[in-house]
Parts: sequence; structure tokens; C-alpha cells
Amino acid sequence: MSKMNLTRRGVLQTGAVAGAGLALPTYLSAASHAGFTNAPTGGTVTLGFNVPQSGPYADEGADELRAYELAVEHLNGEGDGGLLNTFSSKALKGNGILGKKVEYVTGDTQTKSDAARASARSMIEKDGAIMVTGGSSSGVAVAVQALCQEAGVIFMAGLTHSNDTTGKDKKANGFRHFFNSYMTGAALAPVLANNYGTDRKAYHLTADYNWGYTTEEAVRTSTEAMGWETVGTVLTPLTQTDFSSYITPVLQSDADVLVLNHYGGNMVNSLTNAVQFGLRDRIANGKNFEIVVPLYSRLMAKGAGANVKGIFGSTNWHWSLTDEGSKQFVQSFGTKYGFPPSQAAHTCYVQALLYADAVERAGSFNPCAVGEALKDFEFDGMGNGPTLYRGEDHQCFKDVLVVKGKENPTSEFDLLEIVEVTPVSQVTYDASIFGGDLGTCNPGA
Amino acid sequence: MLGLNKKDTYLLLLVAGLVIFAPFLLNPFPEGSAMAQFNAGYPDLMQRFVIFGVFAIGFNILFGLTGYLSFGHAAFLGVGSYAAMWMFKLFGMNVLPALGLSILTSGLFAVLIGYISLRRSGIYFSILTLAFAMMSYSLAYSVLATDMDGPDRQGLLQKGLTGGETGLQLTLEDPRIFGQQTAGEGNIPVPNIFGLEMRSAVEMNVGDWVFTFSVGYYFAALVMLLSFYLSIRIFRSPFGMMLRAIKSNQHRLNYTGLNAKPYMLAAFVVSGMYAGLAGGLMASMDPLAGPERMFWTASGEVVLMTILGGVGTLIGPVLGAGAIKYMENILSKINSDILHTWFAFLPDGLEDFVITLIYPFIGKGWHLTLGLIFMAVVIFLPGGLVEGGQRIARLFKRKKPSTKTPDGKTTPAE
Repeated sequence: MSKMNLTRRGVLQTGAVAGAGLALPTYLSAASHAGFTNAPTGGTVTLGFNVPQSGPYADEGADELRAYELAVEHLNGEGDGGLLNTFSSKALKGNGILGKKVEYVTGDTQTKSDAARASARSMIEKDGAIMVTGGSSSGVAVAVQALCQEAGVIFMAGLTHSNDTTGKDKKANGFRHFFNSYMTGAALAPVLANNYGTDRKAYHLTADYNWGYTTEEAVRTSTEAMGWETVGTVLTPLTQTDFSSYITPVLQSDADVLVLNHYGGNMVNSLTNAVQFGLRDRIANGKNFEIVVPLYSRLMAKGAGANVKGIFGSTNWHWSLTDEGSKQFVQSFGTKYGFPPSQAAHTCYVQALLYADAVERAGSFNPCAVGEALKDFEFDGMGNGPTLYRGEDHQCFKDVLVVKGKENPTSEFDLLEIVEVTPVSQVTYDASIFGGDLGTCNPGA
Repeated sequence: MLGLNKKDTYLLLLVAGLVIFAPFLLNPFPEGSAMAQFNAGYPDLMQRFVIFGVFAIGFNILFGLTGYLSFGHAAFLGVGSYAAMWMFKLFGMNVLPALGLSILTSGLFAVLIGYISLRRSGIYFSILTLAFAMMSYSLAYSVLATDMDGPDRQGLLQKGLTGGETGLQLTLEDPRIFGQQTAGEGNIPVPNIFGLEMRSAVEMNVGDWVFTFSVGYYFAALVMLLSFYLSIRIFRSPFGMMLRAIKSNQHRLNYTGLNAKPYMLAAFVVSGMYAGLAGGLMASMDPLAGPERMFWTASGEVVLMTILGGVGTLIGPVLGAGAIKYMENILSKINSDILHTWFAFLPDGLEDFVITLIYPFIGKGWHLTLGLIFMAVVIFLPGGLVEGGQRIARLFKRKKPSTKTPDGKTTPAE
């Protein structure tokens, strides 16, 4: 084999390398000295805003990012202070979080779990983010939440409506302010029964993925409890853009209500197709044919245009609410950007503030301390009325809005009107019904 | 050394050196400086470099040697990930059995797809593999993601075999019969190799520089080096020669009485197993497997990596994988605020103008930059980045213009 030539220089070089190698551990900083991942040092703290900047939910993502930038401004004491003025907890002083100036990094989830996790990991590993927030789909929320649990940072979910986020897939380090499919069903069913009667036959078109399933199930269960009958449920591929072939069977069935469990571009297309097929002028079983869209957003209503008129749905928050918090938020957002915020922007803004407030109250950035501060926290003045962050599943409980497409919109933003504010007691459920296990909080390194 | 000739040994040592010192090489800028944005030496990205390196090396065995362009290789990546995840869920968090099952499952899958697809060549082969990959994607996205253990049970299969849109994840209820079911106080255990966690890392502070050494990275790097070594051996073997013969002229090979099919299938399966290994590694570094890993864009990405780096070269695919992953993770992170801090020294009007010029190429526009670079490489460097490297090397080696003739001069042959 090879010959070994020992020379004086060779030995010295090897010795130097080996010595450096042995001395290495003394340089190794113990990243764990503070007891948790990315403990902020110095005068700043970094938050990670992980939102879809490309892909089907890019509009929502852009609005979320605007809201986060506004939140950072308000936390650092710039601008008009926004919801800090109306928030029931007064721990935040407008001097950053625990006196540290808030900085942020952004990432693109692309609405794909892999990309979202890669982006979140780079925020945590490279930029030292102490908390990750954002997202506009449940798949991404669940994936990033699991990552944050492993890495030992807090995840404040953005727009995610599936039951799973705080159900089957709940995690001790993850928190959600947005409402979910179950609440939609519970809030929507009584309104539908009042308006359309209790002897309806419903036909569901459902987006073929996780959120679609849980929404369909929630709406079906709660409408069936009101006396409705479900005559058909059909799954549609997420990538579908033309729903004509799915609408024709609806005409042949004896259904008199069509429920579109679709979101974003899917909903815009399916609703447009349904209206083009004359479903809204149709008389079935001696009744007017009706269409229902369980989850509404203003951006979707804008996409569907005049087709949304008179169609019922539910939403987490709407800018036309007249409580102090909502008015203040619409004003701050409108002053900075020139148009009213969407519900995605609202929930993200609120989540950022809730996190900052929890850190102030806990007196530490440690995820376990923050989690403890958020657990069973009751607050008000954020636009949704009195709200509870339930400790069992880290889900917020608050009133749910049932909305309807406005018949005579006065502007391009004034597309939805609030039909009913369903009280929180009606949408509260037992935390155990969805299974899953929070586990314990993980502070990381 | 190790059955390699001198040149290949140097290449292997070079790659090994690059991989071992990657935490230093990829972090050239001090923490907190304006250029720190371009540092790529954090565990997640370094792991991606080597994992996609494995993927591209495997793809190159098929595409580079036989010339058969598979447009559905991501299917094997996805299958490997799902296999590894199920191993974590059922048996325990050691990565070695998980990687074993990944390779095995993707190998079987490759036999099945390869047996059918290899009946055609050229564009038809590409379309067939693409069709299979998209079928796998749809299966994973919805068909295999329905509740398989009944609506009233919350068992292992409550989200089907693949978990659908939310991906296949670990839960606290997974049995993990050969390992600990929960770690510490009710947390999901982390993938490890005999107790050494993939996630653990040590940081070294030298002045303003911070270097991170992660267990997961070095494990993945070791696997990549082994794959690279195996690929060199395949390239230099009689089997590799046979594959090259298929590329240069399959008809002629047939006329000599050789049946090329078994060689093709073997290459396809080996290549699929490499992809499965990469998928298993991805699941080991970050325990979640989602269906978008099988989407056709993921298959297209590995084609880009191989072509960008240099088809049929040993090191090319690794370089291509690194280049694309670097752009995806670093360029896409630069937003307009960062640009404004860079160009703050310019007068306001000029600053806005410069930023307007650059903005389409960064952030979410990184695909545009990648496209331009790809076009430039294909047009000016058909041999990929490797050819670029060779050209530069030739510039510095002027002293030996021609070694063909003994005296260094060309003399007319008479």
C-alpha cells in the first residue's frame, strides 16, 4: 500500500492541525446558555414572517406581510400605535418587545409544505428568528407548526381554517387565532335554516384536500342536525379551473342547495360556473335554488364579482365591523396603505401583537414561558370582541361572522355585509373531539 | 486508492474536502455584516446541497450515461420519503433502517415503472415517466390520503398512507416499537443515528464569524460521498461502458446481438434507488413528507441541476444541485428593504432606479435569474459548469500547448 514518509515539517504540520482540532471545543459556544433556541442577545429581536409570496395565495400573502410590517411599526412605537390603543392588555409600551427593537425577516412559503419548512428553517437557523408566523393554507400551517415544535420556537398561525391545525395536528408550540371549519358549520347552519328553511337537500362540491374534507364534514353535520338532507358530495381536484363538468350533475340531482367547499381561485371559478349554468334562477323542489360558500374572504368576493350577491358564508373578521378595535385597525392600515385590510391581514397583525404581549407578560422569550402566558389568556379590543386563547388546544374562541354578498356594493371593497354575529358560546366545542395531542412545550437547545 | 485511478482519487478527495469544510467555505462573511445575507453555511441549506447532490448523481447515472431523460424522477424521491417516514412511525427513529427501506421501496417502484416505461425511448419514455410521476402525485395528494381506519377511529391511518396535503407527519401516538415512543416530557423523538440526533449542532465563534457544524449535515455528507464514490465506480465499470454504448447508438448495440434492455432497467433502478435514498435523507433531516415532492416541477428541477452542472460528468450534477439550491434559498430571500439598505449611498432618484432594475431578478423573481443563467450555460457552455471550470483551468495551463507531439510542435506528417 502507500509508503509513509515522516518528515520534520510533516510532523509539525500534522501536529498543528491536530492541536487546532483539539483546541476547537474550547471555542464552541454553548448556544444553550439561555436555555432556549435563538435567545435574543443585544438590543434587537428577530421575528420570522413566512407568507406565500408566489402561488395561488400570493394576494393573501402580500396583505399578511403588510399587516406584519404595520405590527412591527406599532411594536417599535412608530406610527399611530394601532391596536395597542384598544388592546385590553396594557403590557406593551411601544418600545419593542422587552425593550428590544423588533426586526423581521421574510420568506416565501409558495403554499408548499416543503418550501415553507425550508424557509422557516432558514429563518430559525440562519437569521435567528425567535418566533415564526404567517401562512395562508392549512397544509403549510400544520407543516410549519410541527417544524417549530421540533426546533423549539413559537409558531403563531396565520390564515388556516382546517380543524386539524388545532385538532389532530395541534402542537404545544403552535397557536391559532383564526377560526376553523367546525365553527363555520356551527355558525352558518342556523342562519341557513332561518333563511332557507329546514327541509333542504344539499349537494357538496369539495376541494380534494384536507381543508375541503374537514369543512365539508363540519357543514354537513351541522346542517343535517337542522334537518337538511345531503344528497351528494363530490370531490374536485385542487388544480381544477373549469367546474362545468361538476355542475351538470347538480342540475340532474334533486338538490336545491349547492355548497361550495372551495377557497381562493377554486371558489371564484366554481361559483362563476354555477352562476353561468343558471343555478341561481333555478327552481328546485318548489324552492329557489341557493348556493352557499362556507369560507368567504374579501379577496375571493372581489374575484367572483357580481356572482357573490346574496350568497351566505362565514368569515373571521371584516373591516366594516364598528367596534373600537376594528375601527382603529382599519384606520391605521388604511392610512399606511390606502385600502382596508383583509381578514388574513387582521389575523396576522393580531397574532404578532398577541405574541409580543405574551412575551412582555411572561418577562421572557422562552417559548415555554410564552406558551404559559398565552394559555387561557382572555383579551378584548382586537376586533373580535372578548376572546379566549383556550389552553387545551391553543385555539382562539370568539364570535364568528356570518356574511352575505352585498346586493349593492358602494366600492370595490364593500362587497360583503354582516348578517349575523354568532356568539362564541354557539361555536365552542369540546377540545377532545378532534383527537391529537399537544405534547409539551419544547424550548429547543 | 479504493480501486480508483489517480485522477478519480483526486476528484473524490476534492469533493470530500469541499464537503468537510463546507461550513467554513459557505460562511465567508462575518455575522451581522451586510454581506451575511449571502452566507449559505447553515445546516438546512447545507443538508439540501448534499441531499440534492445525491439525487442529481443518481439521475446522472441514467441521463448522463444512457441518455434516457426521465421526467418523473421525483416520484422515487417521494416514495423514499414516505418509506422513511413510515419506518420512523412504526419502528423507531434510527435513520439507518429508514434509509434502507427508502432504497428498497424506491428500487421496487423503479422496477415497476422502468419495466413499462423502457419499452419506449426518447420523448415517449420521458412522457411515460412524467405520467407515472403525476399519477403518484395524485395518489399521494388525495387517493391515498383518505381516512383508512374509519371515521370513528383516530389510528395510524386516519390520514391515509400519505397524509395528503398536510403531508405525512410523526405523532405522539405512533407505535415506534423498537425505539422510544416519546422523548423527554411528551415530545416526538428526533431522527438519530444510534442516539446522536440529526438536529444537534455545535457552533464555533471565531471573531465575528459563526460556523455551525450539524450532525445531520455530516451524516448526509457521508452518504453523499459514498454515493459519489459508487457513481465513479459505475462510470468506470464495464457496466458503465455498456450504458455509454446505449447512449451512442442503441441500434448498433442491438445488431451486435446484445440485449440492451436489462442494462437499461438496471441503470433505471439504480438511479431510482439513489433518488429514494435522497428522499429518505430528506425525511431524516426534516421528518415530514409531502406530495409536492413528487410534483413534475420537482422532476424538472433535477433535470435542470444535471444540465446546469454538466451532463455525464461526475461532479457536474453536484455543482448544479448546489447552484440551484443556493439561488432558491438565498436569492429568494432578498426583498426590496434589503436592496434599499444596500443602495442607500446613492442619491434617491438613482437609488430607486437601480432597485427597479434589480428587483425583478431577486425575491420571488429568482426563477427569472435561474432561467437566464440556465440559458447562458446551455448556449455558451454546453458542457455545463464543469466545462466552464475546465475552460478556466485551461487558461492557466498555457505552458503546455500541445502534449501530443514529443517536442511540443506540430510537424506535418509526411
